[in-house]
Parts: sequence; C-alpha cells; structure tokens
Amino acid sequence: MNFLIEAFQFIFDPANWGGSGGIGVRLVEHLWVSLLVVVIAAAIAIPVGFLIGHTGTGKSIAVIGSGGVRALPTLGLVTVIALSVGIGLTAPIIALVVLAIPSILAGAYSGFEAIDRRTIDAARAVGRTEWQIVTAVELPLGLPLLMGGLRSASLQVISTATLAAYVGGGGLGGFLFTGLRTNDYPQMLAGSILVIALALLSEGFFAILERVTVPAGVRAGLPTSVRARPSRSRATAA
Amino acid sequence: MNWVANNLPLILQRTGDHLAIAVPAIILSFVISIPIGWVAHHYRWSRGTVLTSIGLLYAIPSLPLFIVIPLIVGTGLRSPVNLVVGLTLYGIALMVRSTADALGSVDSNVEQSASAVGFSAWQRFWRVDLPLAGPVLLAGIRVVSVSTVSLTTVGAVIGISSLGSLFTDGFQRNITAEIYTGIVMTILVALVLDLILVMIGRALMPWIGAVSPRRAARNARAARRSGEVTA
Repeated sequence: MNFLIEAFQFIFDPANWGGSGGIGVRLVEHLWVSLLVVVIAAAIAIPVGFLIGHTGTGKSIAVIGSGGVRALPTLGLVTVIALSVGIGLTAPIIALVVLAIPSILAGAYSGFEAIDRRTIDAARAVGRTEWQIVTAVELPLGLPLLMGGLRSASLQVISTATLAAYVGGGGLGGFLFTGLRTNDYPQMLAGSILVIALALLSEGFFAILERVTVPAGVRAGLPTSVRARPSRSRATAA
Repeated sequence: MNWVANNLPLILQRTGDHLAIAVPAIILSFVISIPIGWVAHHYRWSRGTVLTSIGLLYAIPSLPLFIVIPLIVGTGLRSPVNLVVGLTLYGIALMVRSTADALGSVDSNVEQSASAVGFSAWQRFWRVDLPLAGPVLLAGIRVVSVSTVSLTTVGAVIGISSLGSLFTDGFQRNITAEIYTGIVMTILVALVLDLILVMIGRALMPWIGAVSPRRAARNARAARRSGEVTA
C-alpha cells in the first residue's frame, strides 16, 4: 500500500502540476485529443448511422465492418500508423477515430431501428416530409441510444488515448511510460489513477448529459433509464 | 514477407504466449460469470446493483488496470498473471450481463413445467435453464473472446510477451512488416477461437441448427431489450 500513498503524494504534489510535462498540461492534452477524436468520429458516424437507420439499408455492411474493427488491435494500428506518418499526435488520433466509429455508428442506427414503425408511419400519414421525419421524430426518439453510443465511444477513447504517449503523442499515458522506463512504479500508478478517474468522470458526465438532452416526452415513455449496451455485444448479436 | 519467413519461430512463440494469456481469461470469465449472472437474474432486487457495479468494471481503462493489479494481487508488474486477472475482469464485465439476459430469455412456462414434473431447483438449472440459455450465452462469450484476444496485445507496452510484442518491437526497430504480421495474427487468433466456440456450441446444442440463425439472433435481441428495460 506504500506505493499507493506515494502515488497520491505524486498527484497532490504541486511541483508535479506545472511545467511542460506536468499533470496540468498532460491532462489538457488528454482531454483535448479525446474530444477531437470523438467529434471527428461523430461527424463521420452519425450521418452514416442515421442514413442506415432511416433507410434500413447497408446495415449488414456496418455490422460486419464494426465487427472487423473490434478484432483490430488498437496498439497495432497506432504503431503502424506512427511508422508511416511519424511520431506525434496524428497516429493516435487516426487510430482512435477508427476505434470510436463503430460504437457511435451502432448507437445512431439502432436508435432509429428501435423506434416503433407505427410512429413513423403515422408521421408520414399526417404529411411530414422525410426530412421532417428524421429531424422531428426519429432524431429525438433515437437519442437515448445515440447518447449511449457516444458514451461508450468516449470511454473507449479516453482509456485508449493512454497509448498515445507510446508514440510520442503526449497525454496522461506519459506518466505510465516515463515511470516504466525509470522503474518508478509510484509514477506509473499515479498516471493510471488519473486515467481511471478521468474515465469514471466521463461516465458520470454522460449520465448527466443523457438526462439533460433526452426530451422529457421520450424519457416519460421509458420505465427506467435506457442506456445503450456496449456496442460490442449489440453488433455481434445482430 | 521476407520478415515472416525469417522469423517464423518468433511468431509461433508469441502466438503461444498470446494464447496462454487469452484462453485462460476467456474460460475464467465464463465460469465466474455464470453464478453472478444467475444471482442477478434470480433475485430481482439484486439485478440493478449487480449489473451496474459490474458494468463499472468495464469503465476502467485497460492499461492502467494492468498497472494497478500487481498492487492488489501481489504479482510482478511483468507477470502474465496480471494480464489474465485484468482480462478476466473485463470478460466478467461483459459476460455477467449476457448471462442474466440469457437466463431471462428462457420461457417461464418451460421453467414452470420443469418444476411441475418434479425437477429440483438444482436439476432444473442444469438440465433446463442452462441449455435453453445456451445460444445467448454463446453469443456473449464470442464477444468476450474477440475483445480479450485484442486487449491481450496491450500488455506488450509494459513488457508482457504476446502478439502485441510484435507491435512494440516493430515500432522500436522500424519494421512495418512485423507490425502487420502482429495485426494479421491477432485477427487470425480471434477468428480461430471464434470458430472453436461456434463448433463447441454446435456440439453441445445440436438443436441450434434447427432454428434459423436470423430468428435466434432476433430472439436474443428481443430478450436483451426486455432485459434492458428492467435493468
């Protein structure tokens, strides 16, 4: 347990917070990379997912593609991209976007899919255009599952962004690898605790965000909180 | 291709290391998840608590977890046992929910009939509930298997030998072919293990073929969705 105490001393030592390699800078780096990755992945996956969910075509391609990505080891992807584009942030960002897309994609199309078809037929019958159906019916009703997809993607990205430091991309993983090289276990532990805390905070943040963004009418229709299952299992069962 | 031909023994050895970590983790997470999933399914009050707390496990990032585990288990940082423990925890995080859903997918009329013709609770579990939950359990363990095989590679960055070592070594020595080999082998191992699981499933549950896979998947999904609402 001494290591644990030393790790917390490392975290709470003000001297470790400042400077270019300090906790402050690396924390911001970690959050910035994660945010950037989720935004890029969402910009790609949400429109495609909505298209699949609305038209009902192309789902099997999405499922097979997502399954393939799931088997792809992220570390392999990061290192191979880093060898071709050089060390730094580019390689981890590309690899993490690839990692984040399946969860968001699955959240987007399964959100549309889970909607009662009669609701959509009713909207069509009262004269809504296809565009209005997407924005005013399917989008709000599919929101809980989409948020669930964004939530698991963000979690995966924050966790895996730890590997960015391995190819010189910065972030909280830096403490892990510095500690590893210098045999400084408390520093590794400190970095690990920070990443774990960040991941749990992100889970909490999304739990609140889901409450705020899901329309009250949609929430009222659900007996309890609905959360997308980890996309891993959903896509395989389908 | 030259690199592969020159390093076949290395590739085989790393594949062996990889299997020695991934396979025990997959088996352990299956065996441990069954009783926990049964409790979550059987006692309604426990379902929310058990599934939520187990789900939180999944929120813990893998690499940091592999570093924290030695502190708790008392193994060395570079011991493969760390990885087996960590991967088993992730497997449990996914599999307990599948188990609860799988047991929930068994028709309650069938369960009651079994009790009515004199099955004890113990007999009913082994001869009725478990076999009928089989297809959903199989779907769950296949997911665990793929993610375990992929996650095993992460251990390489802290020096635990697996196919992931081909990534770290290839990166440090600037050998792209080595990394590609690692990626291909990891996917291959995942595919082979998946195939083995499917074949075990066919052998243990010969009736699966009688129901079309599409329908079985739909039933499983429906079961899961109803499980989600009560969660």
